[in-house]
Amino acid sequence: MELNKEQAQEIIAKRVAKEFNDGDVVTLGIGLPTKAISYVPEDVHIIVQSENGVLGVGAYQDDTNRDKHIINAGGIGVTVNAGGCFVDSLTAFAMMRGGHIDITVLGALQVDAEGNLANWSIPGKFTPGMGGAMDLVVGTKRLIIAMEHTAKGAPKIMQKCTLPLTVAHKVNMIITEKAVFEIINQRLILREISPYSSLEDIRQNTAADFEIDLTA
Amino acid sequence: MVKFITAADAVKFFRSRQTVMVGGFLNCGNPQAVIEELLKTELKDFILIANDTSVPDDSRGKLVVAHKIKKAIVSHIGTNPETVRQYNAGEIEIDLQPQGSLAERIRAAGAGLGGILTPVGLDTSVAENKPIITVESKQYLLETPLKADVAIIYATYADKFGNLAFHGSTKNFNVLMPMAADLVIVEAENISDTPLSPDNIVVPGIFVDYLIVKEKNGTE
Repeated sequence: MELNKEQAQEIIAKRVAKEFNDGDVVTLGIGLPTKAISYVPEDVHIIVQSENGVLGVGAYQDDTNRDKHIINAGGIGVTVNAGGCFVDSLTAFAMMRGGHIDITVLGALQVDAEGNLANWSIPGKFTPGMGGAMDLVVGTKRLIIAMEHTAKGAPKIMQKCTLPLTVAHKVNMIITEKAVFEIINQRLILREISPYSSLEDIRQNTAADFEIDLTA
Repeated sequence: MVKFITAADAVKFFRSRQTVMVGGFLNCGNPQAVIEELLKTELKDFILIANDTSVPDDSRGKLVVAHKIKKAIVSHIGTNPETVRQYNAGEIEIDLQPQGSLAERIRAAGAGLGGILTPVGLDTSVAENKPIITVESKQYLLETPLKADVAIIYATYADKFGNLAFHGSTKNFNVLMPMAADLVIVEAENISDTPLSPDNIVVPGIFVDYLIVKEKNGTE
């Protein structure tokens, strides 16, 4: 079944939300990873950290609570949940680099079978910069990549990344609209096949060898 | 002791080719008034140190658009298409830094440290030409301090001692840059006649040289 972009992203966001445990401190990349918040079960309370210095990010601002001085890392006006706080960039990055974040969810340009991640530069074409991504991925306890399985039909899960790396050997899990992979000791293991995909479809759209273990 | 000055008069502290830090994160906590005055001058070829180059019509983003930045040491340029265009056209030099390393390098300069050791950037292009140092069998990159000639800083609150406090997510780099520049100019939204509570001060006034006021003889 062919999914459109919106449907694919919803499937991915819903699956990402299942990875959060009550009490987790979570950092989410802008775009698709942030959409996972909408699907967190009501009995699971997570603390969302934003690299620009917000701990306890809440809902987006609406017309009743505009405050231009409170944004998330994407520059969007947000609110702060009870118990939240504001910190400077040093403290925000101490949280990230220092191992105080339980789960980080980021997008990727490429991710590979060894757990390497590339998400900040396509040399000669598009180099927005790494922002806080390199610091985040180094310190987080778990790193989940949430992305569409392919980009314009081209695989993004590679045997070895060809784009400049963000980090080496740190990715724990890859969630796409087609599949969920785990990476354990630089071994890529297929854990789930989406109802909208098949093993054949995944093989065709993945540029890496992988083991299959759907029992976990 | 902190002095009061108008944004127009503050321009006299700047020279072409200086290294200038500007506080703020994207569209949040950005100083504006001094940058507006710099845009009116012939000054150029600044080396900008900031988190990002903001957006084209805001704060330091405007300095890029006006071709006043020769080199930018930042973590991200993607929100300012003009920076990206100048970069691709070879009109501006961009030194991309991991954001946390950028912050710590600024702090190192301000705190009198010879640099920082960080695992961030190992096995990536960030590590090129940088010493790798092993401490307790773990590898780290040596990142050097970053200092500036002038820092332009935003604060939400200031008192007449130059003490600063912040609302919301405006702390970002505004809290660390005042330690790391030879001359520190602060644009505060509110300057209070009574001292800020010592409990609430985030940046001590001894790091601040000038507070921007609207009128020469006024306080705000």
